[in-house]
Amino acid sequence: MARIDVTGLTAHGCRDLLAGGDASAVELTRAYLDRIAAVDGSVQAYLTVDEEGALSAAAAVDAKPRRERLPWEGVPIALKDILCVKGMETTCASRILKGYVPPYDATVIAKLRAAGLVFLGKLNMDEFAMGSSTENSAFQTTRNPWDLDRVPGGSSGGSAACVAAAEAPWALGSDTGGSIRQPASLCGVVGLKPTYGAVSRYGLVAFASSLDQIGPLTHDVRDAAALLDLIAGRDPRDSTSTGLRGPAGVPARAGLEGLRFGVIKEYLGDACEQGVLEVFESAVKTVGALGGVCDEVSLPSVERGVAAYYLIAPSEASSNLARYDGVRYGYRHAPSEDLYDMYVRTRSEGFGAEVKRRIMIGTYALSAGYYDAYYAQAQRTRTLIIQDFTAAFQRFDYLISPTSPTVAFKLGERIADPLAMYLSDLCTIPVNLAALPAVSIPAGFAAGLPVGLQIIGPHFSEPGMLDAAYALERRLKVDTVAPLAAGPGVSSAEGER
Amino acid sequence: MISRQEVEHVARLARLRFEEDELTRLQPELGRIIDYVRQLAELDLSGLEPTSHAVPLKNVLRADEPVPGLSQEEATGNGPDVERGQFVVPRIA
Repeated sequence: MARIDVTGLTAHGCRDLLAGGDASAVELTRAYLDRIAAVDGSVQAYLTVDEEGALSAAAAVDAKPRRERLPWEGVPIALKDILCVKGMETTCASRILKGYVPPYDATVIAKLRAAGLVFLGKLNMDEFAMGSSTENSAFQTTRNPWDLDRVPGGSSGGSAACVAAAEAPWALGSDTGGSIRQPASLCGVVGLKPTYGAVSRYGLVAFASSLDQIGPLTHDVRDAAALLDLIAGRDPRDSTSTGLRGPAGVPARAGLEGLRFGVIKEYLGDACEQGVLEVFESAVKTVGALGGVCDEVSLPSVERGVAAYYLIAPSEASSNLARYDGVRYGYRHAPSEDLYDMYVRTRSEGFGAEVKRRIMIGTYALSAGYYDAYYAQAQRTRTLIIQDFTAAFQRFDYLISPTSPTVAFKLGERIADPLAMYLSDLCTIPVNLAALPAVSIPAGFAAGLPVGLQIIGPHFSEPGMLDAAYALERRLKVDTVAPLAAGPGVSSAEGER
Repeated sequence: MISRQEVEHVARLARLRFEEDELTRLQPELGRIIDYVRQLAELDLSGLEPTSHAVPLKNVLRADEPVPGLSQEEATGNGPDVERGQFVVPRIA
């Protein structure tokens, strides 16, 4: 059996290898475990690698006759450590959840299990998904496979880095203000945030419940569409879930004729760095070359998005994170004088600095006398943002912008300035506030680092939006394999095999 | 800005405690964030309804049928201190 080269291998590629008998599920899983062993010392994307569980799930697939298998059976996947997997430690990269082993599967996990996917392990993230660089993990620093001195973005930085470094063919992340799209942009992979409600949040550890949504990080648009179809659907266990109106299917569109694209004016000019704007402008030309019509559109309220988000998300978080009290799961300070003392010490020792900051902001915004001035005003701003998007979608089929105002920044560069870090999500936050679907696709490079293009659609427009993204992806032909394999210490480890 | 007393008050509400040096760092950090989000207070949004959920849904119901749930053992399995299927906590002062 020839050695499987996983670099650049898509989930569709994995499926074809299995279907054609060119690899067994165990061989494929083994190839990814070897890749993880070779490169994760540098990338540090994984918090947990479940070698035993993955190999035994793969062996069970191999034991079944090929014609009785489901389409994705035996294809490996990696999971952000915010998704509950029965029997597998789930920490949210927080000390307060260290050692927590969920007694149940998240709905998306149950769906992937039923489809026969093989779980490689759990991926690093900013603690409780709060951050834009994955530097807020309590456990380790994940690095960008394009430049190990830079951040992978966040909060799904482990998911993006893992796919970019070919440590899994695809991964799941979660997106509250850009946490799938921004790391996808910084690591040169595809990241899809579905319409709010398309995917069940049951078993997704809650951060800001009116904004959170689970979605795929993949090498290409077709993989993103396939993974979306695997996880989407209404779920009685999440009363806000609605599912999609129809499957995303297999994107196949060649051109963009007949489609109108709005270029969001507020994200041009000073809002984004020059190298990012150059790649974006070139992508706008590509839209035109494919027959799409581009025109500028102004959404003045998106400039208030970050302010509204940093009231709404911390407010919801301060309420959601009240459950970490040392009683039912996770860390407890012991011995304690009394119950209040136990709560305070448990939470003060268990949460990291950024999580505490956000709990403080949220508690302040919701406290007596401030509710109307802050939280209610933020929710009215949200209405304004929704109205601006609704008006824009009267004129345009899709809206486009850079995904991130900058390329991947250096480790440590923004960690001391929370507000500067918050502005990393300038272009992605309004999409969550308006519950819209959006996808980031690799659009090119600035100074050797990946730049993503964000395509935003109306509610439940995923099939058409991904079709358009596919047409652009084919024309842009951006290489999504990070040059990690050529790095020192990596090639030699691989050479041993 | 936010005063030291306010930071301490909010910390009590949130069941958090900060050491002196943490408070010295946290107070201006929170101040800058609050100054930034305060820009919304200047907007005249009096005619707008606040949005709590951006996708309109009403009265989501499901069939009222019993389904198996977690056993008591599973539900308490992660507890830091469990006795006879119950969570043990320190005394309430």
